[in-house]
Amino acid sequence: MEATLDTAMSIRAAPPSLVRRRRVADRVMKFACLAATALGVVVLGWILLMVAIEGVRGFSTALFIAPTPGPGSAGGGLANAMLGSLVLSMLGIGVATPVGVLAGTYLAELGGGSRLAATVRFLNDVLLSAPSILIGVFVYALMVRPMGSYSGWAGGVALAIIATPVIVRATEDMLRLVPSSLREAGAALGASQARVITSIAWRAARAGILTGILLATARISGETAPLLFTALNNNSWFDPSLMGGVANLPVTIYQFALSPYENWQALAWAGALVITLFILALSIAARLLLDRKAR
Amino acid sequence: MIASHPAGRRRVIDGARFFRLASLASALLVLVALAGILAAMLWGGWPVFRAFGSGFVVSADWDIGRERFGALVAIVGTFSSALIALVIALPVSLAIAVFLTQLAPSALKRPLATAIELLAAVPSIIYGMWGLFAFAPLFARHVQMPVSELVEGMPIIGTILHARVPSGVGVLTAGIILGIMIVPLIASVARDMLDQIPTAVRESAFGIGCTTWEVVRHVLVPQAGASLVGAAMLGLGRALGETMAVTFVIGNANRLSPSLFEPGSTIASRLANEFNEADGLHLNALLALGCILFVITFVILVLARLLIARVAVR
Repeated sequence: MEATLDTAMSIRAAPPSLVRRRRVADRVMKFACLAATALGVVVLGWILLMVAIEGVRGFSTALFIAPTPGPGSAGGGLANAMLGSLVLSMLGIGVATPVGVLAGTYLAELGGGSRLAATVRFLNDVLLSAPSILIGVFVYALMVRPMGSYSGWAGGVALAIIATPVIVRATEDMLRLVPSSLREAGAALGASQARVITSIAWRAARAGILTGILLATARISGETAPLLFTALNNNSWFDPSLMGGVANLPVTIYQFALSPYENWQALAWAGALVITLFILALSIAARLLLDRKAR
Repeated sequence: MIASHPAGRRRVIDGARFFRLASLASALLVLVALAGILAAMLWGGWPVFRAFGSGFVVSADWDIGRERFGALVAIVGTFSSALIALVIALPVSLAIAVFLTQLAPSALKRPLATAIELLAAVPSIIYGMWGLFAFAPLFARHVQMPVSELVEGMPIIGTILHARVPSGVGVLTAGIILGIMIVPLIASVARDMLDQIPTAVRESAFGIGCTTWEVVRHVLVPQAGASLVGAAMLGLGRALGETMAVTFVIGNANRLSPSLFEPGSTIASRLANEFNEADGLHLNALLALGCILFVITFVILVLARLLIARVAVR
């Protein structure tokens, strides 16, 4: 602070040229900040526009009802990949939700300031940003190699490992926002700690936790790398046993985009549009949910 | 009431204990997952570490037929693309954070912040496709070719920016796409940090006659300090481990080239490309690469979180 005061003292005595220089520097930097933000928005617009234009070109009814075409065969759609992605994402989020909510609850309500809670909190943040391809490799070693084949189960577990830290973080943050007077009121009525958490704290933080689950779903439904070594891909409808490769949208997009076949490339763009719309819709829904709650 | 129903009371207690145990077990699962990832890499990569020793890290070999493996090309590619990304993304995202917190009219603040955050939600494969099909051709025609011709024959820069085949893909392209990808991440963390600075600090700086830029430069940035470094490292961690976007645009070559316009590969892109077809020592070598990536990103992410957490607590 003192240094700033000194600056202020010298400012008063400053010659007009210094004032002008400061004003110019201010203008230039303000403009640079504006330009950087504009650049960000333009690039987002460019990417979304390209996905929209190329994607709409590949849109047809077949896209949503026909399975992926074999190499060199015409037509086809992405119906099996979309269904497979939906199944894998639901499997992932179905595993991650109870684990994530309970772990987040432990961090916010039960673990308190213990060293274990601090460690878990810290490493959860690290897991949150760990390279997703390594999670794929881990699940490969954990499930695919012992079981002898790629499987939807492995894909679901890989996605669950990615979704869990997101939900842990959201649950803990949201539970911490619940005023402790609510918990004390519950405890004063004789409710057990578990009862206070499930009936009072969870209920108060419901919208926030749901937002976290939606954001985690958005995150995993576009993940490609962890599925490459787990669920892989398939050209047919998924086997309800979920054994063997399961068709899914991200890996299909990856393989089709880099293929030499024109109809595959068109399908890749259409799939990219579907997945982008789905994820943007989820992210916006999550944001609206939290905003409505905050109001 | 409770005393007259001992069985009922017992059930409540057991439920509570079960709840506590389930929560604790879930929290421990996070640790188990992280330890499991490391264990899987170490265990799988061990034969390669034992066979090649430290030579694995410094060798540029990647000969699958003769089973000679070295990580150097992938490590160099990983670091150079991530550092290019950071150099591009850091100024842009700090500028965005400053604009969003200090300059934007309040009607624009929220929509802009939302737009930047949506950029972060777009899956990496979309960035990869855009990079390969939209950005790379333009980059080849308007940057690689003219720049490569311009600097031809010049010392150092003529080598660094030499494009033998201006295809648009390469380490620099990967770095630029990664840079675009980590901008929203760094910008949103930096924005949170700048927002946390008490308004009184800002206002007193304005009060003594500072311009907006001087407030940012001499008051806000020093206040946010280490947390901004943390935000940058978070972005770096993301760039080091990013797979799909890089795999599309880096060219996937195992060549150690001094030119940024030449194709290369990163650890993640090599895993994505070769893992499914690999077996034997090749698979072990890929797992060893994964192990190196895990250690690098783990260290970076731990540092990032420590820097951010220290400021958040203060």
